[in-house]
Amino acid sequence: MSERIRVAAAGAVIGLAAVLLVGFGNPQNMGFCIACFIRDQAGALRLHTAPIVQYFRPEIVGIVLGSFAISVIHGDFRPRSGSSPVLRFLIGFAVMVGALVFLGCPLRMVLRLAGGDLNALVALLGFIAGIGIGCVFLSRGFSLGRAGQASGVEGTAFPASMTFLFVLFLAVPALFAFSSSGPGSMHAPVAISLAAGLAVGIAAERTRLCMAGGIRDIILIRDFTLLGGFAAIFIAALIGNLATGRFSLGFADQPVSHSMHLWNFLGMLAVGLGSVMLGGCPLRQLILAGEGSSDSACAVLGMAAGAAFAHNFSLAASAGTGPGTNGKVAVVIAIIMLLAIAAARTARRES
Amino acid sequence: MKELDCRGLSCPEPVVMTKKALMESAELDVLVDNRASLENVKRYASAMKKAVDAVQEGSSWRISIR
Repeated sequence: MSERIRVAAAGAVIGLAAVLLVGFGNPQNMGFCIACFIRDQAGALRLHTAPIVQYFRPEIVGIVLGSFAISVIHGDFRPRSGSSPVLRFLIGFAVMVGALVFLGCPLRMVLRLAGGDLNALVALLGFIAGIGIGCVFLSRGFSLGRAGQASGVEGTAFPASMTFLFVLFLAVPALFAFSSSGPGSMHAPVAISLAAGLAVGIAAERTRLCMAGGIRDIILIRDFTLLGGFAAIFIAALIGNLATGRFSLGFADQPVSHSMHLWNFLGMLAVGLGSVMLGGCPLRQLILAGEGSSDSACAVLGMAAGAAFAHNFSLAASAGTGPGTNGKVAVVIAIIMLLAIAAARTARRES
Repeated sequence: MKELDCRGLSCPEPVVMTKKALMESAELDVLVDNRASLENVKRYASAMKKAVDAVQEGSSWRISIR
């Protein structure tokens, strides 16, 4: 099977899984959202106490473990670390702040588009702008530095921690916080969420599907392979939404969204720029963390910390009304920080 | 033979470096240590109408671009 078809098939799996998860109980246009789900997990662990977004999402566990298992089977599990872990933590933090001002990661942006939410179209323009800025730095030599080989214990620490928390969630749920209303209270049965996560983790690991990579590769090397995955997610979810009567075109009254266009644009600009700097979107970071990359695990931990801050300091947008002053200031600071890191890591390189 | 060591670098840096190196040199060996970089560099070089061959060397790959 050609690579292009494999990537498109993986995209179709993800798009259909997303529609199925909504059918089984996940929030509308949120079959998958890496940013929202990490935020919900941070809430379940009481790293923040926003009552409507607390649930230990098994999809995230499935994605990490799916990637871990399939990479071990194929000999692609390679523990490595040392490529600016603290910078990656900070970039992950900034990506999460941007995502929660828009209310979704790049994957949910595509799913929102497939549900007819035109606010996501504005966000897509911001995402492309952010990726474009990132590509300028990349082509001038931006790098977070080389990773080196790490121990097997280091490489498995993140997937093992995920597994431990998941077992705890199943065995002693009283330890965790769970939403009784709002998006956090809406979820598919645990087994279905986990299975969907595993399927997506395996499909995305084998194809290296990445929401930011698709657009980045077009800008940098005129390669359309990864964009096929992006398009397939959209088409599969669109067909699924049309078939189940969940498609509604427009800006107003879209599920878990707002219509403050400037902030949707800037939020996803931060996500696009940060994703290029990290070498991939939030989904790809989970996949790489499952493959043994400590650096990507640091980015994921940064996202979790960013989610906790976003709700503890009222940075996240509210559905319907959008971000408040804190959120707007935070996105601007996040973009400035990303640009500063990008500039510093471009100027310092010899070649 | 010009050799480009991209081991330890994450995508898309190896591809960007390969692209730059191919502007200066028609023939090139690129060293990578993860499958994503291997596939991306091979795909890019093939798109540039180059002959591409990759051999595994321990935990990394040597991609010959001619």
